[in-house]
Amino acid sequence: MPEKILDVQNLVVDFTTLNGTVHAIRNVSFSLNKGETLALVGESGSGKSVTVRSIIQLYAKNAKVMGGKVNFHGENLLQKSPKEMNKLRGKKISMIFQDPMTSLDPTMTIGKQVAEPLLVHHDATKEAAYQRAQEVLELVGIPNAKARMKNYPHQFSGGQRQRIVIAMAIIDNPEILIADEPTTALDVTVQAQIISLLKDLQQRIGTAIIFITHDLGVVAGIADRVAVMYAGKIIEYGTTDEIYYNPQHPYTWGLLDSMPTLDIQGQRLKAIPGSPANLINPPKGDAFAPRNPYALKIDSEEEPPFFKVTDSHYAATWLLAPRAPKVTPPASIQKRFAKYTALRGEDHA
Amino acid sequence: MPNSKQQRKAVIQVRNLKQYFNAGKKSEVRAVDDISFDIYEGETLGLVGESGSGKTTTGRSIIRLYNPTSGEVIFNGQNIAKLKNRDLKGFRKNMQMIFQDPYASLDPRMKVKDIIAEGIDIHHLAKDQAERDHQVAELLEKVNLSPDFANRYPHEFSGGQRQRIGIARALAVQPKFIIADEPISALDVSIQAQVVNLLQDIQQEQNLTYLFIAHDLSMVKYISDRIAVLYLGKIVELADTEEVYNHPLHPYTQSLISAVPVPDPEIEKNHKIKTFDRSQAFHDDDQLREVLPGHFLYCNEATAATFK
Repeated sequence: MPEKILDVQNLVVDFTTLNGTVHAIRNVSFSLNKGETLALVGESGSGKSVTVRSIIQLYAKNAKVMGGKVNFHGENLLQKSPKEMNKLRGKKISMIFQDPMTSLDPTMTIGKQVAEPLLVHHDATKEAAYQRAQEVLELVGIPNAKARMKNYPHQFSGGQRQRIVIAMAIIDNPEILIADEPTTALDVTVQAQIISLLKDLQQRIGTAIIFITHDLGVVAGIADRVAVMYAGKIIEYGTTDEIYYNPQHPYTWGLLDSMPTLDIQGQRLKAIPGSPANLINPPKGDAFAPRNPYALKIDSEEEPPFFKVTDSHYAATWLLAPRAPKVTPPASIQKRFAKYTALRGEDHA
Repeated sequence: MPNSKQQRKAVIQVRNLKQYFNAGKKSEVRAVDDISFDIYEGETLGLVGESGSGKTTTGRSIIRLYNPTSGEVIFNGQNIAKLKNRDLKGFRKNMQMIFQDPYASLDPRMKVKDIIAEGIDIHHLAKDQAERDHQVAELLEKVNLSPDFANRYPHEFSGGQRQRIGIARALAVQPKFIIADEPISALDVSIQAQVVNLLQDIQQEQNLTYLFIAHDLSMVKYISDRIAVLYLGKIVELADTEEVYNHPLHPYTQSLISAVPVPDPEIEKNHKIKTFDRSQAFHDDDQLREVLPGHFLYCNEATAATFK
């Protein structure tokens, strides 16, 4: 039984804007096990970033948590004071952002920036903190780390800057590392290096990772489990194999289908029609229904609950209701099902 | 096959194009360094490479947003690199660009119909207001937007819709050739496929030729007939898409393709990434040579001989 270190329950977050209240997070629950990598996927505006930022309470002034709990080792983080949260951030839970250009202070040497979490938390003397900074910079693959600690961010390439940001995030051996699109701004070859670095670090220090991305290729390589978000809700979650080879929600089907695969040459891409739901007035029922070719009548009336597929795999779609009519998924998805059956056969053999 | 290729008509011929910034100074940057290639009528040529490799500069030099340092860009028999202002206008009607950022590339204070019709006005393509409105409505329909949107402003639209407006603007002057500079990288996955399908439909209807610049290799593979790989301002490999993916010859291309993540966990479990030794990138007497029919590789003569 894996040890649960983070448990988010019924999280609701609203944003007040000039156009009205945006219901960005609409009742999100998930948990994170020790040492695992959980990927949060979905398009922009689906609530991925707001969800993880709520965990460490980093969000815009107009955001308000309307309900829910974020339990970390049995304590609800949402009830902690800003001072108590400061003690946690960068120590037990740390975060890597998308853009390595803007997440480093251009006026501070990288040695000081990387050592900063230790100094702020009074965990070490200055000498020890700089010594440790040098160690983690070496660990993340910055060549000649001792000399380069005196350099400023602009003296490094984009990939190296992201390595520095990672060094800063792991210097205090956090239990949870939140990575918000950490490779989106990088070239593919650099992306591959950063991902293998994260995997390697995870093995060494045993940290759990929440990895946010919209790139399903990246997810396939790094995640143990995947949660798919749409319009402020998690609509399907399961192990990586379950999401890729046995997806149940039509939105997950659409997401998997809209990526060009190796054998698609010459065919049209299968685009998801329409555009994402408006979260100022979320539609009644299933928010995906207007874009869903498989929508049932009930989808526009009542929101689907989670239906169990396996112990680890749940999907919020009425198609899984016992009384629902049988639908035939797209051929590409049926191919995935066949692979799932084959994989399970191997496991049982 | 080589024969049929020779018969194909080249819309664009780039010859020894160089685009240096701060030329002659200490801070000289050779963004594009002596590249030559053809783009054939009706095809999509994909241009890939890491950031800073010169992809965008190549596109901008071809359409004369920059004045090339040296070299020729021949479009329908005419050397664009030498055109003076008045002739440039006529040529720009034939060549249009779609930009990466649909938020920055539309003037927020202009109505959609005026954005789309700007080229129509400049080139006097509409007799009167009614014809202008009619053309705008047709263009909006062509990119799957409602003609009712003509009187709205850009901020009222999503990223995908804005990119469609950008495409409609490019089509307004009935160009022969379109440079699409990362047209989908700012869009959501589910919207990317819509825009790519649209670009392909329009290409077939109007026999358009595309230069498609991107760093997302899986989408480039899908949309391109041929692919040119750019590294440090030089084309290191150019061939049919299948050939580039299945038999990449240049070590840089090999590392680039091996780094593309595959959306399949089983494949990713055993995914091996090839590394490329950047210190050994180029040698003296390297040049782009046709080592196999239609397959160009940046190498020296001895390497080229091994393919014979």
